[in-house]
Amino acid sequence: MRDWMKMAGIRSSDITDQRVFNRRRQLLQASVAAGVTGLIATPSLAQSADNGVALEGPIVKSPFSTDDELSSKETITTYNNFYELGTDKGDPAKYADRLKTEPWSVTVDGECANPGVYTLEDILKPEAIEERIYRMRCVEAWSMVIPWNGFSLGNLIKRMEPNSKAKYVAFETVVQDDLPGVQRNVLEWPYREGLRMDEAMHPLAMLSIGLYGEQLLGQNGAPLRLVVPWKYGYKSIKSVVRISFVEEQPETSWNLSAPKEYGFYSNVNPDRSHPRWSQSKERRLSGDTGGLAALFSSKTDTQFMNGYGEEVASLYAGMDLQEFH
Amino acid sequence: MPAFRWQVLLKPLVFSCALGPFIYLVLSLLTGQLGPNPIDSLTDQTGTLAIRLLLISLALTPLRWILKNTWPIRLRRMLGLFAFFYAMLHVSIYVGLDQQMDIGAIWEDLSERPYILAGTVAFLVLIPLAITSTRGMARRLGKRWLSLHRFVYIAGAAAVIHYVWLAKGDLIEPLVYLVVLLLLFSYRLVRIMRQ
Repeated sequence: MRDWMKMAGIRSSDITDQRVFNRRRQLLQASVAAGVTGLIATPSLAQSADNGVALEGPIVKSPFSTDDELSSKETITTYNNFYELGTDKGDPAKYADRLKTEPWSVTVDGECANPGVYTLEDILKPEAIEERIYRMRCVEAWSMVIPWNGFSLGNLIKRMEPNSKAKYVAFETVVQDDLPGVQRNVLEWPYREGLRMDEAMHPLAMLSIGLYGEQLLGQNGAPLRLVVPWKYGYKSIKSVVRISFVEEQPETSWNLSAPKEYGFYSNVNPDRSHPRWSQSKERRLSGDTGGLAALFSSKTDTQFMNGYGEEVASLYAGMDLQEFH
Repeated sequence: MPAFRWQVLLKPLVFSCALGPFIYLVLSLLTGQLGPNPIDSLTDQTGTLAIRLLLISLALTPLRWILKNTWPIRLRRMLGLFAFFYAMLHVSIYVGLDQQMDIGAIWEDLSERPYILAGTVAFLVLIPLAITSTRGMARRLGKRWLSLHRFVYIAGAAAVIHYVWLAKGDLIEPLVYLVVLLLLFSYRLVRIMRQ
C-alpha cells in the first residue's frame, strides 16, 4: 500500500501499461479499509525494475545458454532472497537503493601471486562479456531462467595466479551497516560462500555484472556477483567484495546458520531430501508469472545438478552425494 | 453512552476487519500484485492471518477477565471461525495449488517434515471446534462442549510450533507469536491456580 505508490515512470516493454497500472492502484487504494491493515502481514508489493543502465560494449552469445523459456525481467528483479536488504521476497527490490555500489573494489588475497585491491574496472577490463542464459534453482524449490551477462570466474582466477596451496576459493559479500537486514543479524554477516578450486575453475562458474543486457540492480547483487548454476541459488553469492584463495574448506553462511540443512557443496540433487522442502520437484517461474494463471502452474521435476549434470558430473566422480551435500 | 449502543456496532466492525484481508488478497491476486510466485505468497499470507486470528481469539477470555466485561466473549466464536476460515484457505492452497493434489508428495511432506505435521495437527483440531461452534451444539453437548473446546490450546500451540519450525533465518515473527501464546497460557494457569 505504501511502496508501490513510489513506483517511478514508464516501465519497459512487456510490463503493464501505465493507465492499467494506475487503475489497479486506484482499485487497491479504494479497497483497503482502516481496520484491516493490522491483521495482514502486508506484502512488500513488488516494485518493478525501471529501465536499467545498459551495458556498454559487445555482448557475446555463449554456447552454455539454455533454450528454456526466460523468466521476465520483472520476475527476476522483484522476487529475491538477499537478506541484507530484508527477508521478504520483495524487500531487496524495495531497499535496493540503499546499497552503495560505487565505487566498488574487490580484495583478492590468500594463496596467490597477485593479491591486491582491484576496482571493478580492473576486473572487467580484459574480459569479453557474454550472455549466458542459465537456470537458477533456489533451495526453496522454485526456479528461474536468467540471461546473465558476465564471464567465466576461471578467467579472473587465472589472472590472480593461485599457488598449489589454494584448494578452495572463498567469497564475501559487502556489509553495509545501514541495510535493514544487516542491522537485524538474520545471518552472520558478512555473507560468505566458497567453492572447491576445480568447481571455481569450471567454465560454467561465472562472475556476472548484468542481466538482460543491463547492469545488475541492487536486488540481484550489484555490481558483481557469482553464478554457479548447478548449485542451489544461495551459493551464487551477491555483491562480492572479497575473493580469497585458501587451503581449508571455507565457512559458508547458510551452513553456519543451519549445518544440518545446508552443506558445503549444495549441488542441486532431487534425490537428496531437505528438512524443509522436497527437492524432487520445483516451481518454474518462467515467462510472466504474475497473473491468475500462475496459481495453476504445475511443478516440474528437478534435474540432477540442475540439468548441468553432463558438464559437471566429473567434478564429483566417486563422491557420496548424500554425505557431501 | 449506554453500553448497548456501541456493542451493536462491535460485531459488524470486527467482522469487516476480519474479512477485509480476504478481500484484499483476492483483489491483489486479480490485479497481479502478489508477485511472481502467487501460490507461495498466498500460502504465506493466509497462514499468517490464521495464526493471528487464532491468537486474538485466544486472548479474548483473558481480556474478559481483565476488563470484567463480557463483550470480548461475544467476539470469540466469530474470530475463531475466521481463524478456521483462513486456515482452510491456507491448507487448500497448499494441497490444491502448491502440491496440485499430489497425494504422494503430500504424504512425503507429512512424514518427513515435522513442521508440516504440526500444521496439520493444528488444522485438524480446529475442524471439530468449527463444527461445534454453534449455540445449538453447545446446548447439545453441555459440559462436553467445554472440554472439547479446550483443545483450542493444542491448536494454538501446534500452529505456533509449525511457524517457528518453518521459519528460515528470520525468527522474529514466529517467536513473537510464541511469546504471546505463552503469556496467554500462563495468564490462564495463574488464574486456575488462584482458585
